[in-house]
Amino acid sequence: MPVVTMREALNQALREEMRRDENVFLMGEEVAEYQGAYKVTKGLLEELGPKRVIDTPITELGFAGLGVGAAMAGLRPVIEFMTFNFSILATDQIINSAAKMLYMSGGQYNIPIVFRGPGGSAFQVSSQHSQALESWFAHFPGIKVVMPSTPADAKGLLKSAIRDDDPVIFIEQERMYGNKGEVSDDPEFTIPLGVADVKREGKDATIVARSLMVPIALKAADVLEQQGVSCEVIDPRTIRPLDIKTIIKSVKKTNRVVVAEESHAFCGVAAEISQEIAEQAFDYLDAPVKRVSGVDVPMPYAKNLEQLAIPSVDQIVAAVREVAYLD
Amino acid sequence: MDQEAPEAADSQTLREHGEAVKEAQKSRLGDIDRETLVNIYHQMVLCRRFEEKAAEAYSAGKIGGFCHLYIGQEAVAIGSISAIKKKDYVLTSYREHAHAIAKGMSPNAVMAELFGKATGCSKGKGGSMHMFDKEVNFLGGHAIVGGQIPLATGVAFASKYKGTDQVTLCYFGEAAVNQGAFHESLNMAQLWKLPCIYICENNRYGMGTSLERAMSSHDISEKACAYDIAAEFVDGMDVLAVRDATLRAVARAREHYLPTLLEVRTYRFMGHSMSDPGNYRTRAEIERHQERDPIKLFHASLKEEGVMSDAEFEKIEADVKEQVEESLRFADESPLPDPKELYTDVYANPIEV
Repeated sequence: MPVVTMREALNQALREEMRRDENVFLMGEEVAEYQGAYKVTKGLLEELGPKRVIDTPITELGFAGLGVGAAMAGLRPVIEFMTFNFSILATDQIINSAAKMLYMSGGQYNIPIVFRGPGGSAFQVSSQHSQALESWFAHFPGIKVVMPSTPADAKGLLKSAIRDDDPVIFIEQERMYGNKGEVSDDPEFTIPLGVADVKREGKDATIVARSLMVPIALKAADVLEQQGVSCEVIDPRTIRPLDIKTIIKSVKKTNRVVVAEESHAFCGVAAEISQEIAEQAFDYLDAPVKRVSGVDVPMPYAKNLEQLAIPSVDQIVAAVREVAYLD
Repeated sequence: MDQEAPEAADSQTLREHGEAVKEAQKSRLGDIDRETLVNIYHQMVLCRRFEEKAAEAYSAGKIGGFCHLYIGQEAVAIGSISAIKKKDYVLTSYREHAHAIAKGMSPNAVMAELFGKATGCSKGKGGSMHMFDKEVNFLGGHAIVGGQIPLATGVAFASKYKGTDQVTLCYFGEAAVNQGAFHESLNMAQLWKLPCIYICENNRYGMGTSLERAMSSHDISEKACAYDIAAEFVDGMDVLAVRDATLRAVARAREHYLPTLLEVRTYRFMGHSMSDPGNYRTRAEIERHQERDPIKLFHASLKEEGVMSDAEFEKIEADVKEQVEESLRFADESPLPDPKELYTDVYANPIEV
């Protein structure tokens, strides 16, 4: 299979789905003539034309709502947020309109829309541009939330998200756009939403990680392997709905769990996963579930402080050793 | 029409305004076919009587939550919707019963929704503020002030994208004009030439706050200049003026994919919602404005010009009374939603995990 970057994999997904269904259109800031702020939409304007690849004014609430309305009238919009930080301005339309329309219309108006863009930290872009917002969106019924960690997952999941008949929040990671991996070039290659992936098999401890934390967890697992600890790394890939069964199955095998995440811990996704484990597999646990989360402060600018705010390989290694009672 | 604050408008000014509306209507009756005129009048009476009954049912505890009545504003929804076709789209706010009925939804389904019954237009899941009917392209019923404005812009975007000639009517109160959603939408609509008609129902009060206390510049139609969008100021007590202005906007939208902003100045005779004690204005102010009740004015115009006879007016009243009573009976006798419905319609593609 060809090896491509995450950026190219996402680009392929958009291109293939737009070729496949003329009701799919792409809208956002700098997606067309500028070729995308992060070049995810490179070449799409040239191939698909200005009717379907549309530069917007900086008006996030407006174009998010426009997308939801277009979906009510039968189109399948892909709305790009230049970063998910800017989706905060659009949350009224995402939560009050997109998530609830099917329910409050008694099943008449589903909203097949994808809101996508990079989330989480980038490289020294400070507090307002370094936020992991998945727990906000995952809180609400009516929305699906997806966070890929490999180029293949990014492509397969984005294609499924575009074909899905519900609103999907698709959070990419800016630091990962250049990551490379094997990706199928079959236009019918998709990965179903709601299915976790075991990224590495192991028997002594489970590390649940998503998005940026997956490669970091895999590095931690390599280090731990050297220390004689075999780790299983599970990537839920879809946050809502959450494939908790795959996680529980692993917990029942390893009896020890660390949940790693870039976001803040308080009211976060790791808290939800920990509680599910407590409810469904308490008797299998040999140690309390341990969270490794982003530090509970706004993201600082200084390079050294920023590094301290994001979970590291060392922190995950230490957490696994703690739940394994090795230190 | 005077632009002074509603509390300042005196009885004589308002009576004179009513007379002017009547004269204007009478001069135009001949241009419109009789069936349309009768239908417009019928719809206005239906919506008025329907809401009077809904108010009674609310007071009797049959309707819960919020219930925002439209009484006094009927000329706006009915005049404008009489200017479009069934295939066209309507989106509005939470003050929506009249728009729903005017767009062709059955009063039974609307009343049943108010009652929270399984036979309601949204299966009892939406209530007064969230009515929908895909059959007649009535796309809600939205309860965050201004939230429907970007949505309507997107519906119009879809019409242009698909190359249809459908137009979208988007209603909102004057208080929504202060929201970013209004400004963001008008900018996009003119930038991309979208067939959306923005109808601002200026009833002079955002809940209990008068326009004068909330808006730095009081002329809403002038705000269209900021977006280079066509605009008209329309007398919202004159159902035919609303219809005519909408017809002009519809032509612009259908033939040229161009948006329009209509500022329709009207007045709400009831509280913001059924639970509003209305302490921000006097009873006398409301009564002065009722002297130019849009239904009474249109009734007088039709009668004085001999378009309709007393017997025809009486028949409409009797028919409407029966229809509204029937909607009440239907709502009362309909079953509550099955408890299983709590969990349906959350996702179109539910994923088992």
